[in-house]
Amino acid sequence: MSRLLSIDGISVRYGAIEALHQVSMSVEEGDIVALIGANGAGKSTLLKAIVGQVPLCEGSISFRDEVVSTSEKHRKSLPTHMLARMGIALVPEGRHVFADMTVEENLDMGAFFVRDASLVARKKEEMFDFFPILGARRKQKTRSLSGGEQQMMAIARALMSSPHMLLLDEPGLGLAPLVVQDIFQKIKLINSEDKVTVFLVEQNARMALRSSDRGYCLENGRIVLSDASSALLENDRVRQAYLGE
Amino acid sequence: MLNFFQLIIIYAGIYALMAIGQNCITGNTGMLSLCHAGFFCIGSYATAIICKTFGLPFWFSLPVAALASGIVGFLIGVPTLRLKGDYLCIATLGLGEIIRNIATNVNPVGMMSVPRAQLFGYQFSSRNKFTFILLIWFFVLIAYILFRQLAHSRLGRAMVAVREDEVAAASNGINVTKYKIGAFTLGAAVGGTAGCFATAYTLTVQPSSFTFMVSVMVLCMVVLGGMGNLLGVILGAFIIEFISYFPQLVGLSSVIPAQASQIIYGLVLVVMMICRPQGILGRDKYRYGDPRSTFSKLRDAVKSRKGGEVKA
Repeated sequence: MSRLLSIDGISVRYGAIEALHQVSMSVEEGDIVALIGANGAGKSTLLKAIVGQVPLCEGSISFRDEVVSTSEKHRKSLPTHMLARMGIALVPEGRHVFADMTVEENLDMGAFFVRDASLVARKKEEMFDFFPILGARRKQKTRSLSGGEQQMMAIARALMSSPHMLLLDEPGLGLAPLVVQDIFQKIKLINSEDKVTVFLVEQNARMALRSSDRGYCLENGRIVLSDASSALLENDRVRQAYLGE
Repeated sequence: MLNFFQLIIIYAGIYALMAIGQNCITGNTGMLSLCHAGFFCIGSYATAIICKTFGLPFWFSLPVAALASGIVGFLIGVPTLRLKGDYLCIATLGLGEIIRNIATNVNPVGMMSVPRAQLFGYQFSSRNKFTFILLIWFFVLIAYILFRQLAHSRLGRAMVAVREDEVAAASNGINVTKYKIGAFTLGAAVGGTAGCFATAYTLTVQPSSFTFMVSVMVLCMVVLGGMGNLLGVILGAFIIEFISYFPQLVGLSSVIPAQASQIIYGLVLVVMMICRPQGILGRDKYRYGDPRSTFSKLRDAVKSRKGGEVKA
């Protein structure tokens, strides 16, 4: 297995506040990697840094052995849309669907830079097979979908461009426990069947660690733990702080 | 009376062009901009300078007016489009006023007796309003068809995505900045052509006529007719023009001050926001790749006339 994403000692500051402090982590190809942490730990900032929406003060980020963001003055970070074209598909927190478009049109947007119409059509059918509920609602305005359906649609839209890596920001946010389970099952399937590497950020630590291969734990902008997810589930500190045991 | 209605139709046409440009910026791409009066000003001056100072024909000034205001739109867009919502609104409002102030200071008396537009030896004069109506509405039709096609294209789809959700648009590989600046430049260019026709009709340019109220009026037209809905914004242009000439139309211009129409615009906006926020004809229906788009309808019509098979 090769290293798909590597983050080397990055720091991010919002004015005087340091949101991330020398964070290093890596995502191996084919893995599901979970990042857990409390509110305000810097999880979303880390994702924003990966997709080039906040500048780095220190360190660098590489994707497929290519530096995409660095703190050095002479190189800026690649903008989000370029990273999307390189194969990093982000499912933003809170879903960010195009509410006034139908499900099908949303999926079309996901394949915006794919010029091959027959490939897009095929991908769309794959998505409707994989998420049958979306197939049933394909002509419906996304606004009318339930939260769980919208989350599935956001994931399907991200997969439309056949990405190498799927970044999920709080996929379980605000959803019923059964729906969350369903979504994590789908994420596992996407990983095992489509061979898409998944990096997910989640507050629901138990769910995230159960579904992933590796886990990182972020506290106050620092990585405090990193291990195989199964080991983290047994870790006393994780059990106390995140699993409420 | 007929003369007066013709005048309203001419101005409605000029403003319809403005509103189509504003619609590209605000309706399709979702940027609240208030400097269309500035683009109108640039287009008007470009035409007056080309036709009068350089003595070149009107048809040459048309692309120059579009290009000049397009370039200014681009230059304004690059720094300001980082802003969003209210902030963008304030910044563009200021820039629109800057353009007018530059014009007022450089050329306080305006430009008069600009040569008339000609086509195959025919002179377009304000005495024969009917031909002017044909001229302006022909270009409104062209703008309508072009922007309709644009809305149905890949570019239009990206513009709508930017309007709906910038984060989602960017994470789907859409270069948000590029589409914002592109839409702004295009909208500005169309505003410039409206200025070109206004000069061709009045044959004068007055820097005092490009006030902030013009920008507000154009925005009113877009909101009134339905954001993103091209037919809607043209209807909006008609209604707003009709309202602004209403006192003269009923012969009460001595009783009702001209500024009263500003109160009416405001009233119209407030009532619309409460009763029908989507505008008279409603917001645009997102119909990317609709097989019944204008061109395919035309194609089908041609085919059926030739007796060929028409695909359903």
